[in-house]
Amino acid sequence: MNEAIIKVNNLTKIYSGGVLAVDHISFEVYEGEIFALLGPNGAGKSTTIGMLNTSLKPTQGEAEIAGYSVNREPSKVRSIIGVVPQEFSADEDLTGWENITLIGYLYGLPKEVIKQRATELLQTVGLYSVKDKKVETYSGGMRRRLEISMGLINRPKVLFLDEPTLGLDVQTRAAIWGYILKLKKDYNMTIFLTTHYLEEADAYGDRVAIIDHGKILVIGKPDELKRSVTWDTLFIEVSGSYDSVRQVLSTLPPVKEVNFTDGQITIKVIDGPTAIPLVVSAINSVGQEVRRLSLSRPSLDEVYMYYTGKSLREESASKEEAFALRRTLRRARS
Amino acid sequence: MSEGRLSPLHGLWALTNRELKKWYKEPVILLLSLVQPILWIGIFGKAMNFANMFNSASLEIPGLTIPKQVIDEIGSLVLKQTFGTTDYFSFLAVGMLSFIVLFTSMSSGMTIVWDRRLGFLGKLLTTPVPRGSIIVSKVIASIVKSLVQATIILLIGILLGLRFSFSIMAPVAFLITYLSLFLLSFGFSSLFLMLALRSTRWETQMAIMNLLNMPLLFSSNSFYPISSMPWWLKPVALANPLTYANAISRWALLGITPSVNVLLSLVYLVGFAVIFTVLGIYLSWRYLSL
Repeated sequence: MNEAIIKVNNLTKIYSGGVLAVDHISFEVYEGEIFALLGPNGAGKSTTIGMLNTSLKPTQGEAEIAGYSVNREPSKVRSIIGVVPQEFSADEDLTGWENITLIGYLYGLPKEVIKQRATELLQTVGLYSVKDKKVETYSGGMRRRLEISMGLINRPKVLFLDEPTLGLDVQTRAAIWGYILKLKKDYNMTIFLTTHYLEEADAYGDRVAIIDHGKILVIGKPDELKRSVTWDTLFIEVSGSYDSVRQVLSTLPPVKEVNFTDGQITIKVIDGPTAIPLVVSAINSVGQEVRRLSLSRPSLDEVYMYYTGKSLREESASKEEAFALRRTLRRARS
Repeated sequence: MSEGRLSPLHGLWALTNRELKKWYKEPVILLLSLVQPILWIGIFGKAMNFANMFNSASLEIPGLTIPKQVIDEIGSLVLKQTFGTTDYFSFLAVGMLSFIVLFTSMSSGMTIVWDRRLGFLGKLLTTPVPRGSIIVSKVIASIVKSLVQATIILLIGILLGLRFSFSIMAPVAFLITYLSLFLLSFGFSSLFLMLALRSTRWETQMAIMNLLNMPLLFSSNSFYPISSMPWWLKPVALANPLTYANAISRWALLGITPSVNVLLSLVYLVGFAVIFTVLGIYLSWRYLSL
């Protein structure tokens, strides 16, 4: 495993008014990985990312980014990180080009470097042809791509993405992820992201942390987390009787549980894809044939439910998206 | 990647340029912001013409006829004694310069509220740009806007009949006038940015502006001299920076002898600008956040 590039120790945030948003969390993020912080609205995701990117001051505790303390050396931290905020941050009255180069100047980069990088980044995210158009004419997906390119102008070691695909349609979300993965490969960055889209954390996160009520409940690789709370399930129909195969199936090493309901055998196994050939040959060995077989693997939602006792999908899809919509409408009106 | 040592002023020009770009790319807003002072000069300045009070051909008091010449003489003397000039329109038009500077500088606070509301400030705060640069860029932009607007008002004033009576060489007179307006804008921009540092609602900022603009204007010598104020208003007027900017401009451009020494007035304005700017930068380091 790579070295830890983000070290968080007992980080705590209490807002004025006494709201405990983040409650003594500690974890590490390794160099080069995509680390996803997953949780519902109000869980403390944005507060955590805010303290790590130095826009919020921790009430207690410490965090280091590439060896620099967010408390004592915030300027050093800022110069080696890139931030893509949850809300759109580009200036709508300026063009895409003016926005990205402005950010370059704020990092103190030389003019030539800024021009070269801005050109390269805007080409990568497919905005070069509209670079001289005002941002107010951009669509949601275009704005998000601009934000991401703006977050990369200083070639950051760590990129913070706060809900990078919030409020975007499925196709645009997939495209954004395409860009993120390409940029990560090109620049060899560590990516720290927050999301409430479980399938994104599952598909793209090297490791996932689940946060709720300001506390981290569990951290691990998505597959490990899923395996830790539940097994894969095989649904099988055989040519003969259930009783003839039950004995042989329950002796197989990966099989944890065998049940028979509605003419179908349900088997809980440790790792579905590797268990299938074993199960099939065991059934064949007692002279039976497999008529039908399907595999169901647990999703992160089940992991989430296991640790928090509620489904993330139901609760946040409505709230956060309504919030994002309201924000968009407000901007449109202003 | 970190790019060596950053100068404490890096990003200042880029941010100032952004503010100004947003302004000159929207000429409609520039024109709208000129409407109010133009109305003041055009309507108030032309209609509220004190010289007209003494325009009667002659006054008929029973048993006594006062010839027009005498009335004219008395009129000039009264105006001269009250305003320091017989030309009230010019008196008001020069006063309007500080008026437009005040109004333009006041709105600097709004830009920080908008930047916060639209997420731009949040992004700024995650870059290594010094917090002081964020404030100073807004102050500089606000000064540039103020002085451009003041120049437009000055030109309109001349078109409508403003007559100069320089007390020193004309170029020096303009230089001193602009210096006083520059200092006035410096101080007021910093003051109103400071008030907006933590503000998240533009309504609050508007309320502050509305609360302060008229009292600041009417407790200064913009429309009438301090000598004609009631005793309790005089100390307020003497604390009001507008009073000093007006006194300096009227002395330089119209030859009106100020009630306070010109040099002391300049010193007062320098103090006003420096104190609020230093305070503004200090507070922005401490309190500028999301």
